[in-house]
Amino acid sequence: MSASTTLAADTMVLARRNLEHIRQIPEKLLDVTLQPVMFTLLFAYVFGGAIGVAGGNYHEYLVGGILVQTLAFGVMGPGVSIATDLAEGVVDRLRTLPMNRAAYLLGHAAAEWVGTILALIVLSISGLVVGWRIHAGILDALAGYALLAAFGLAMVWLGTLIGLSVRSADAVQGIAFGVIFPITFVSTAFVPIDGMPAVLKTFAEWNPVSTMVTATRTLFGNPVSLPADAPWPLQHPVLTGALWTAGILAVAVPLCLRKFRARTAD
Amino acid sequence: MTTELGITTSGLGKRFGDFWALRDLDLAVPKGSVLGLLGHNGAGKTTAVRILTTLSEPTTGTATVAGHDVATDAAAVRTKIGVTGQGATVDGLLTARANLVMIGRLSRLSPAQAKVRADELLERVGLSEFADRRVDRLSGGMRRRVDLAASLVADPPVLMLDEPTTGLDPASRQDLWNLLREHVARGMTLLLTTQYLEEADQLADQIVVLDHGRVIASGTPAELKSRVGGERLDVTLADPADADAARVALAPHAESDDARVDGAVLTIALRPGTRLIELVRELDHAQIEAVDLHRREATLDDVFLTLTRKEMVPA
Ligand SMILES: Nc1ncnc2c1ncn2[C@@H]1O[C@H](COP(=O)(O)OP(=O)(O)OP(=O)(O)O)[C@@H](O)[C@H]1O
Ligand SMILES: [Mg+2]
Repeated sequence: MSASTTLAADTMVLARRNLEHIRQIPEKLLDVTLQPVMFTLLFAYVFGGAIGVAGGNYHEYLVGGILVQTLAFGVMGPGVSIATDLAEGVVDRLRTLPMNRAAYLLGHAAAEWVGTILALIVLSISGLVVGWRIHAGILDALAGYALLAAFGLAMVWLGTLIGLSVRSADAVQGIAFGVIFPITFVSTAFVPIDGMPAVLKTFAEWNPVSTMVTATRTLFGNPVSLPADAPWPLQHPVLTGALWTAGILAVAVPLCLRKFRARTAD
Repeated sequence: MTTELGITTSGLGKRFGDFWALRDLDLAVPKGSVLGLLGHNGAGKTTAVRILTTLSEPTTGTATVAGHDVATDAAAVRTKIGVTGQGATVDGLLTARANLVMIGRLSRLSPAQAKVRADELLERVGLSEFADRRVDRLSGGMRRRVDLAASLVADPPVLMLDEPTTGLDPASRQDLWNLLREHVARGMTLLLTTQYLEEADQLADQIVVLDHGRVIASGTPAELKSRVGGERLDVTLADPADADAARVALAPHAESDDARVDGAVLTIALRPGTRLIELVRELDHAQIEAVDLHRREATLDDVFLTLTRKEMVPA
């Protein structure tokens, strides 16, 4: 068997192991299913009435924000699960087997990515329920989902990197909240950024979450509601979003492999 | 004549910070034989096993397993070994069968082969009826047996087990010993660590005794026992102050002058063939009151105490 077929086969075996973990503990999926649905309802019916969006309906504006916010919080699940797994002896056994070592991380990421895809489906359905629609051609819509799925994968690897960098699983939650909370709220995700104080507005304009949210809205044909003087990245959100995604993957994946090697050196 | 070697080490050492957990370990384990690594907590047993199973890199020295160097050819070593670590190394959230199938697949068995092998081994370790139970819902001893079965999935030529029988009941321990003997009879090389002299005695062709990371004795079980004397006598004295007098009184029946006192209990190495009545007579003659006389096989503690004493007294 060639090296790449072994890698693929081993990745599948280990992805199945991680999916089985999710099947045994389905609560693991709450933060990519129930939680964002609650957010959708909360913003649509509680805050939504007070938020005005230029050129459109708030419910249609909201869904792009919730989708990207959920993907960004998607760093948490993979981070916690890899940190928990590394504390178990089973990783030692895997390291004594003639398998490809990268398969351990790839299998983990693949299984976690399934959670991401599930979140996209659940949120699209709950979006439709609150009145969101896609007003774009099929190719743009597909491009929108492809970009979201890719960004979700980048977040899985970023979460894995966090999980590999901390000493205990509890720390993942703290780091994820401390970082993801501000960058998702100080962005175009929930409110138009025109009304923000200058410093926050600048932050929001250059924030990759804003880029991704705006790219999603653009591809789905939803209201975008940008400041007239928005900087170049926000004016070209699809390209910039794809670059951010590629950039995060290009940095996080090799760093994860390196950290994993270092973490399991003795 | 040259014997094929299953495991070799030369000057193997491991340092953590400025603490040497293992020093100058030289081993030569012939293929198809059993080496017992014996030692107390912290002796360096796990450290040695982790190096030999490619989990940890040696600070000094070299080691080969099935002819492959553990440092420079770790990938090849991994195709030849089965491992059970000291702690649990199975996945608690998977069933016993799913664990073994996963290990089989990652050891390059086909899906069908992996299933057959898993069922075979579960049967062999007496867990067939628990095959579909999640491992974290098995008892500690059952989990240990799944772990041991996992190390046999690939039918490896070299097996390394770190304190394999810890937590097993006596019957399961016997079963495991038999299972290991079968595999060794078919040519498997086995390295196992243990804190029990009896276990090493039962299984090992060669025993290496580690203490504070260094080898303090090695040889066949018979050689080791003859060095330390096989039998021990524990005398519980009515008055602890009599310990020295009792030692002198019993000296004619002692194998060596190596005696030890722990509270009211005096322990001596007993000369083979000594009759109990003679001991009682000696004590009675010296007017020493003994509450209890207990004759037993030497334990690891005795081996240590004797060997470490010999180290200090130049021959
Ligand atoms: N990763 C580590 N970092 C620092 N010290 C370590 C590490 N691993 C082991 N040691 C030290 O090395 C020594 C040998 O440990 P080792 O685990 O090899 O002992 P052992 O013979 O297996 O003991 P036990 O019977 O308790 O399992 C101990 O003093 C231990 O504290
Ligand atoms: Mg140990």
